[in-house]
Amino acid sequence: MQIDRRLFIHFDWTLLGIILAIASIGILNLYSATAKIEMAGTPFYVKQIFWVLIGLTAMVALAFVEYRFYSDFAYLVYTIALVLLLLVLVYGIITSGAQRWVKIGPLSFQPSEFVKISFILALAKFFHRPPDREGYSLKQLPLPFLLLLLPMALILKQPDLGTAIILLLVFFSILIFVKIRWSSLLAIGLAGAAAVPLLWNFLKEYQKKRIVTFFNPDLDPLGAGYHLIQSKIAVGSGGIIGKGFMKGTQSRLGFLPEQQTDFIFSALGEEWGLIGSLLVIGLYVALILWGLRIAVQARDRFSAILAFGVVAMLFWHVFINIGMVLGMMPVVGIPLPLLSYGGSFIISTLIGVGLLLNVSMRKYLF
Amino acid sequence: MELNTQKMEDFQGRYKYLVIFVGLAFLLIFIRLWSLQVIKGSDLRHLSENNCIRLRENPADRGMLLDRHGNILAHNRPSFEVSLVPEDLRANPGVLTEVGELLNMTRGEIEEKIKAQKRRTPFNPVKIKSDIDWNKLALLETNRVHLPGLIVDVRPRRAYDYGDLASHLIGYLGEVDENELRQSREFPYRMGAQIGKYGVEYRWENDLRGSDGGQQIEVDALGREIRPLGVVEPFPGNNLFLTIDLELQKVAEEAYQDKTGALIAMDPKTGQILAMVSKPSFKPDIFARNILPEEWKSLVENPYHPLQNKGIQGQYPPGSVFKIITAIAGLESKTITPNTPFNCAGAFSYGDRDFRCWKEGGHGSLSLHRAIVESCDIYFYQLGLKLGPDLIARYASEFGLGKVTGISLPEKPGIVPSSSWKKKRRGAPWYSGETLSFSVGQGYLTATPLQLLVLISAVANGGKILLPQVAERVEDIYKNRLTEYPPVELESVDVSEKTLQIIQGALKGAVNDPHGTGSACWLKEVKVAGKTGTAQVIAMPEDFKRGQINRIPLKFRDHAWFVAYAPFEDPKISVVVLVEHGGFGASAAAPIAKKVIEKYLNLKPSPSLKMAEKQSETDYAD
Repeated sequence: MQIDRRLFIHFDWTLLGIILAIASIGILNLYSATAKIEMAGTPFYVKQIFWVLIGLTAMVALAFVEYRFYSDFAYLVYTIALVLLLLVLVYGIITSGAQRWVKIGPLSFQPSEFVKISFILALAKFFHRPPDREGYSLKQLPLPFLLLLLPMALILKQPDLGTAIILLLVFFSILIFVKIRWSSLLAIGLAGAAAVPLLWNFLKEYQKKRIVTFFNPDLDPLGAGYHLIQSKIAVGSGGIIGKGFMKGTQSRLGFLPEQQTDFIFSALGEEWGLIGSLLVIGLYVALILWGLRIAVQARDRFSAILAFGVVAMLFWHVFINIGMVLGMMPVVGIPLPLLSYGGSFIISTLIGVGLLLNVSMRKYLF
Repeated sequence: MELNTQKMEDFQGRYKYLVIFVGLAFLLIFIRLWSLQVIKGSDLRHLSENNCIRLRENPADRGMLLDRHGNILAHNRPSFEVSLVPEDLRANPGVLTEVGELLNMTRGEIEEKIKAQKRRTPFNPVKIKSDIDWNKLALLETNRVHLPGLIVDVRPRRAYDYGDLASHLIGYLGEVDENELRQSREFPYRMGAQIGKYGVEYRWENDLRGSDGGQQIEVDALGREIRPLGVVEPFPGNNLFLTIDLELQKVAEEAYQDKTGALIAMDPKTGQILAMVSKPSFKPDIFARNILPEEWKSLVENPYHPLQNKGIQGQYPPGSVFKIITAIAGLESKTITPNTPFNCAGAFSYGDRDFRCWKEGGHGSLSLHRAIVESCDIYFYQLGLKLGPDLIARYASEFGLGKVTGISLPEKPGIVPSSSWKKKRRGAPWYSGETLSFSVGQGYLTATPLQLLVLISAVANGGKILLPQVAERVEDIYKNRLTEYPPVELESVDVSEKTLQIIQGALKGAVNDPHGTGSACWLKEVKVAGKTGTAQVIAMPEDFKRGQINRIPLKFRDHAWFVAYAPFEDPKISVVVLVEHGGFGASAAAPIAKKVIEKYLNLKPSPSLKMAEKQSETDYAD
């Protein structure tokens, strides 16, 4: 395959710069947050560097493939991801009571992470046919709903509430982006409200408890309520300038559960204070706004929706995770892109960014 | 395929709104961040620097275990436990020595306990001594003010007031292990929690455990408590009423003296277990306070397997008890009538071997009733040969042998051999000589005492296979009945009433007739029906003389069986007794069954002197 020389001229260095900045801060922060955790084997931050390097490679490789190719294979990729998800349920090894991992040789990964990307691809493929004047109507949407509900059911079965919520939010973000009729949106909203009690029954006892304690933390001052309080103490105690690198106590003393994954932002807030938090949040805002610009400037519908889907995914991850750490939202397992520890998540995030880069550098071509 | 570029203006129209939405979302986050880090920042920093918030657990009272009349078998008593918060000791190293003096522990011992807790989260107390006495408690409490980091808690501790009574049924508790911690995500246990590991304590764990409570406590820089922030009250577990009868259980346990084996008694109309004994037993108490390594070792290495519940996990050849099945197979298949005679000359030649009857000289010509009453082996050899193994196996399965009974405790299925079974498992055809052993309950055939109890109960109640049950009901602390366990009839055996009546009559004869092998269980007030049995431990030479039992080393002696039910007319209790290496069922097992039946039916205990002194002919009966 011959690579167009113009691709290099139009390569999106801004996007790459933002990503590298966030990833570097992420590794530093992880180093500090996990320095006191005694564990056998490779330290978290070293593994994280490894995952980031693999992710960056995948990102660059994916950026240089013509996206028309992705359009051709969108449904196939989606199907493969779905099969992998089924595999987890059947053969998945059980980690902390939830079946999320597929083990292939020495590697284990979470197919639900890759489902997010393939789901966006499939939706972009579907919506690349334009709607009529008023927008898409419900009658045209059974396939997208099927595309949503299949993986969602499998993921809830695992059970992984966080990823299921992300799929749902990305789905509605894309519906609004591609212009759905307001009447249809209203109908979906009403049906959704009616389905809430149904979904509630789907949840595991501990998930219900988390949501209930969010609305009333006093109900469980020993479990989820305790973690919320500790998380707020950690962030708040950072003050304006923070306690300094490696000086955090709250997050490092093991007061928080999953401090290297879902609650990583509390370590950042504690050690770097308001200034550090705002810097990182600023980088995320820049990433999201830059991504939105790429989406609306894209040359065709497929690439625009693809780029928008990736941006929506990143936005909801960042917003919900930070909101949760700051005690604004229930504790659901949604990690923070490039800051939280986790191989599959890092790679799927960087694959998403690779697609963004891809769209960005081709907006002037054809 | 060309990519579609229509209606792109829709997207551009959305851009403005999307930017505003993102802006608002992050504005919210900014406001929250400002409020936490700037407005509340110094307060929260103060809290974090002193690590002021501690979690203290308050475990729930475990539900009690009670017998069918409400007598308490297992409950909780308060135990005072001493813990230290290692982080608080750094500032006051002297505390360690002082606490050590008060508890008669050396500094090194305490430090070792603290180091042993590897996966502790910071500021979590480490237990250094449990169950301290009142004197030490008073000493600690008076000195507590100047001992920061010291915590004395009162914790519920499992107590079994009757020692090792029904220990196999009750089971024991132990500290939750890593595996159990991982598997219990939905109902999490804390580290160091007690969890049922065996018996009904294990099986009814979810009912018994209750839900733990705890407190969030604000402490000062020295670790002293200032005020509680949040409290969750513990909620006690549910009480479990067992079907056993405490007084009956006591009598059954005592009847064993130092013998090993198993006894189970059941109500033959409901399947409720009235007593369950397995000997040797263990004291469940020693598991409640962490069991010492040497105690564990002695339990595991004991050749008589005290941790095995022999009544449901021991698999033994049923011996002559099985003649009940062979007889039923004969009658039901019309191979014999009650009057068909066979001749017993004391030995039976088959192939190139002599198979002997337990009675030297033989029984002469006899029909079914006398063959069961006097447990003639040669009658059943000949009957077995006419039936063949598969027909016998069919009726054995009909009565529940070869499969688990379904009691809610871990049990073994035993083996019912047949010609196809042998081909599959041993890869060899069935030899007709093996039919001889099979028809008198030896050879490949094995069964648990519980299976034989279900069998004799089915004979007693007219052919109903009942589910043996140990739990009667679960009640919460307000005495609401949460779960009840009504009798369950699993199957009705495909055997005619007439056949059952013949067998019942013969079993009554075995206890009441002049030459009955079970006469050691004879009672004046009620009629007992029963059957003796002897299970061979090793294959002895066939011409071995039965009278020489006392010369055989104990571990090679046969196991003694006795199954019975009473009263004959209206059965209220059925019993199975197994005495390991007890010799003959008649002399070793039947007297134990007798004591249990007497107790349950409220009869005056009859002096058993007569039986013990007189060496009767039937003492060696098989």
